[in-house]
Amino acid sequence: MTPGFDNPVLGAQSSFRAMLHALSHPGRIIRLADLPAAPAPLAPAAGAAALAMCDADTLLWHDAGEQAAAWLRFHTGAPWGAPREARFAIATGAPPPLAGFCLGSDEAPQDGATLLLQVAGLEAAAGWLLTGPGIQHETALCVTGLPPGFVAERAALGALFPRGLDIILCADALIAALPRTTSIRERA
Amino acid sequence: MNAALTGYNFGYLDEATKRMIRRALLKAVCIPGHQVPFGAREMPLPYGWGTGGIQVTASVLGPDDVLKVIDQGADDTTNAVSIRRFFNRVAGVATTESTAEATIIQTRHRIPETPLSEGQILVYQVPMPEPLFRLEPRVAESTRLHAMAEYGLMQVKLYEDIARQGEVATSYNHPVMVNHRYLMSPSPIPAFDNPKMHMNAGLQLFGAGREKRIYAVPPYTDVRSLDFEDHPFKPVRAPHACAICGSEESYLDEVITDDQGGRMHVCSDTDYCASRPPV
Repeated sequence: MTPGFDNPVLGAQSSFRAMLHALSHPGRIIRLADLPAAPAPLAPAAGAAALAMCDADTLLWHDAGEQAAAWLRFHTGAPWGAPREARFAIATGAPPPLAGFCLGSDEAPQDGATLLLQVAGLEAAAGWLLTGPGIQHETALCVTGLPPGFVAERAALGALFPRGLDIILCADALIAALPRTTSIRERA
Repeated sequence: MNAALTGYNFGYLDEATKRMIRRALLKAVCIPGHQVPFGAREMPLPYGWGTGGIQVTASVLGPDDVLKVIDQGADDTTNAVSIRRFFNRVAGVATTESTAEATIIQTRHRIPETPLSEGQILVYQVPMPEPLFRLEPRVAESTRLHAMAEYGLMQVKLYEDIARQGEVATSYNHPVMVNHRYLMSPSPIPAFDNPKMHMNAGLQLFGAGREKRIYAVPPYTDVRSLDFEDHPFKPVRAPHACAICGSEESYLDEVITDDQGGRMHVCSDTDYCASRPPV
């Protein structure tokens, strides 16, 4: 079993602040400072986010295998849940259909899940142009290693607002967030 | 007196509580203006003194943060001094009275005059998060109205104000529409401050301890004060200059100076006022 944060209190705080900053500025790439020794295939950033936010009150879904499951269970105490009911989800590979995650209800949209989606790379370059709350004009984000059709699948959820799925893209120690309010325009 | 206390977790709250509040904060940022319920804890100060704001600050705060606390714009009032000292003792964080130096500003009923910059977090203490509560007392019903974005009640209330008094009568706590979707209480800030919420570079977090709700306005988000085309929203300001610094732009407090009817107007934002040359 590999360790979690060096300092659980301050590690969770700095990881939370990075996530808060990322969700406040969608598409901006943030480097996490405190990284736990997450077992493969968990990215260190996804491991940090899970350790900072999950506990016995949050059902957690992931596809990271036995070793990661044991690590997450030991450090967070979060019970495993199916995508439909999980509050947090970690996809190390291609995620299940996005519409199959918990999207909340019109009266309680906060019940919509947070998906930590691992990708190959994040770069502040041409690729996507993001607009929405948290973005002054436009933010450029280039993501590599996403499953085909991801943008269209996510855009289909937009009509359900305020219901929705909030996505945090994780690549190694980097994160970039796509809250449900962000719209993505693809650029060649 | 100001030495950091031992025997408390960093920032006073336990880690499970912080995680619960942090989860609520992240969802609040994702759904601008929507009130997220959370399990507010009992804090070592009475309701109405900022139990919601203090829990949000405690969950956000890190050792490198610089904290400023204001009460009605002032850094030197009892509430502001006590909360600043509280976090200095339970988290050992640096505190300041300067708006520009602070990374987190906890506020009661004002937005500082100095514009916020990116990365700064403004934490509001909120007594009543539900903008519809005087019009619809049933919580379940107002939750449904928010779900359906059905805000006719509030429009009718503003209309009745205009019909009876010729103008909208709310000089503080004037309701706003956030990101064209959610009606939100700006907490009882003066209507004068409402325009500062629109496209603000800083992150605005709201904590209501007694009512157990958290909500947020992300940076660069559209925030419109509710109004009518033929009765546009007008921020109100006392038509005077500050008696200390002479400012004609800042929000003023009226101070009674004697029992002969003497009075003066001074800036409500003490940091802004002190940063300007006296007249």
